[in-house]
Amino acid sequence: MSTRSLEIAGAWLLGVLWVLPLLYAFWTAFHPAAYATHFDITAPLTLRNFRTAWQAAPFARYFLNTTLLVTLILVAQFVICTPAAFAFARMTFPGRDIIFAIVLLQLMVMPDVLLVGNYRIMAQLHIVDTILAIALPYLGSAFGIFLLRQTFRMVPQELDDAARLEGSTLLGRLWRVYVPLARPTYIAYGLVSVSYHWNNFLWPLVITNSVTTRPLTVGLSVFASTDQGIDWSIITAATLMTSAPLLVAFLLFQRQFVQSFMRAGIK
Amino acid sequence: MRRETWQAWLLILPAVVLLVAFTHWPALMTFIDSLFSTPRGSRAPVYVGFDNYQSVFEDPVFWQALRNNFIYAVATIPASVVIALGMALAVNTALPGRALLRMAYFTPTMLPMIAVANIWLFFYTPDYGLFDQVAAWFGLGRHNWLGNPATALPAMIVVAVWKEAGFFMIFYLAALQAMPPDLAEAAALEGSSRANYLRRVTLPLLMPTTLFVLVNAVINAFRLIDHIVVMTRGGPDNATTLLLYYIYQTGFRFWDTATAATLTVVLLALLGLLAALQFGVLARRVHYR
Repeated sequence: MSTRSLEIAGAWLLGVLWVLPLLYAFWTAFHPAAYATHFDITAPLTLRNFRTAWQAAPFARYFLNTTLLVTLILVAQFVICTPAAFAFARMTFPGRDIIFAIVLLQLMVMPDVLLVGNYRIMAQLHIVDTILAIALPYLGSAFGIFLLRQTFRMVPQELDDAARLEGSTLLGRLWRVYVPLARPTYIAYGLVSVSYHWNNFLWPLVITNSVTTRPLTVGLSVFASTDQGIDWSIITAATLMTSAPLLVAFLLFQRQFVQSFMRAGIK
Repeated sequence: MRRETWQAWLLILPAVVLLVAFTHWPALMTFIDSLFSTPRGSRAPVYVGFDNYQSVFEDPVFWQALRNNFIYAVATIPASVVIALGMALAVNTALPGRALLRMAYFTPTMLPMIAVANIWLFFYTPDYGLFDQVAAWFGLGRHNWLGNPATALPAMIVVAVWKEAGFFMIFYLAALQAMPPDLAEAAALEGSSRANYLRRVTLPLLMPTTLFVLVNAVINAFRLIDHIVVMTRGGPDNATTLLLYYIYQTGFRFWDTATAATLTVVLLALLGLLAALQFGVLARRVHYR
């Protein structure tokens, strides 16, 4: 039994280690700067760090940019990947397997690595420093096509046949039979996509250079690297602020999040 | 042509066009760019053959980035995978506060890497960062964790493991929960020890998950450099320069696009090689159900 309690202690120690950075960030953000580095249970709570950070940089605009970006990507990915996934799952046509292999290549060669090439393309299209340019490389998503294709293949063929007998068109069947049955997959894919692009940093950093296009992550890095000096309380407040929507959503819908990430990973 | 054929092609067209335009096309263009010189001012790029590759291979910083990335990968991948497996095994049993624990493990996954970097930057601050405060209790002096070439890369590795382990745990947890419980019961009846059961039954059954997690971990070891940009900028003295960071620096700090393109091709070749290796070696040891 003692090995068991040792295991439990170990698991909890790991858990404490894993939340410690976040707890520390909360402590720093909600207390005056003087308490940033020493613990005193009687230290006064304050929201001033948040107010200062909010006023020191255009975070409202960054929030808007990120929201626009994430929405654009999510909607476009759904609209673009659904028909492709359906065709790969339920139709036979010459070149299907080769094209599918070409699509899957993106799982290994992700747009994140192709900074130089994609920057050049955006420059040629004259859309450097636009939200569209941040989104474009991610719209045709091999991951989304693969995930939806797997789901569509599990839809019973009889349902499809029945709809066909009733005179449903191809798109009608896709919309009324396949999409509703794939709802859990859409939720899973949506959550993965939103959290990925809410947190994405390097490509937006490269392709944006103004306040009106920068997403939160890039805005935060600009804010933290300029004249804030070493005022950790304010930087930490800004950091928590930018992560807050996702963090709060995660705490509220923890079960769905975890299950979605699991679903997205099972092949 | 058959009706179904052109219908299918119409359905896949938007996705395939976008995918090829922003993945395959830039990859191809990058390769072509790597054979030309960098345009400077009014000077147009000229064909230089494999000269760019030669100068990259003669560049000591490139070799250091490669070495750093190798150390980073070799340290980060096993550590995060083993911790992830341990976490999953822990929260898969009846444990006091299981839900809370699972949440604690998973939370770093939800944070942007750049937010994580800011928090850890604070930890590593000399004198009043958390690490130095803890070190002070033990009578140890001041450390410039990120300013010292010997500790900067390990510091980055710690951040990456902390960020990723919870993410990988989810996949192990899913696999563990899908395992038939009668296996464990049968093993218990036969008097098999827990360690033996883990080694003989659980781990082999988890091989497909391990393959999936490993593929992701390898990709991330070469793809995720947000924390480097924020915390060290590759320094001190290139001690934390990873390959993709070097590409970013060359392409978008020094605007030497030809060299950056060449480095990208090398990175892509490396990723392709690793993928082939993983599927070749590991796939044979995977038991698919």
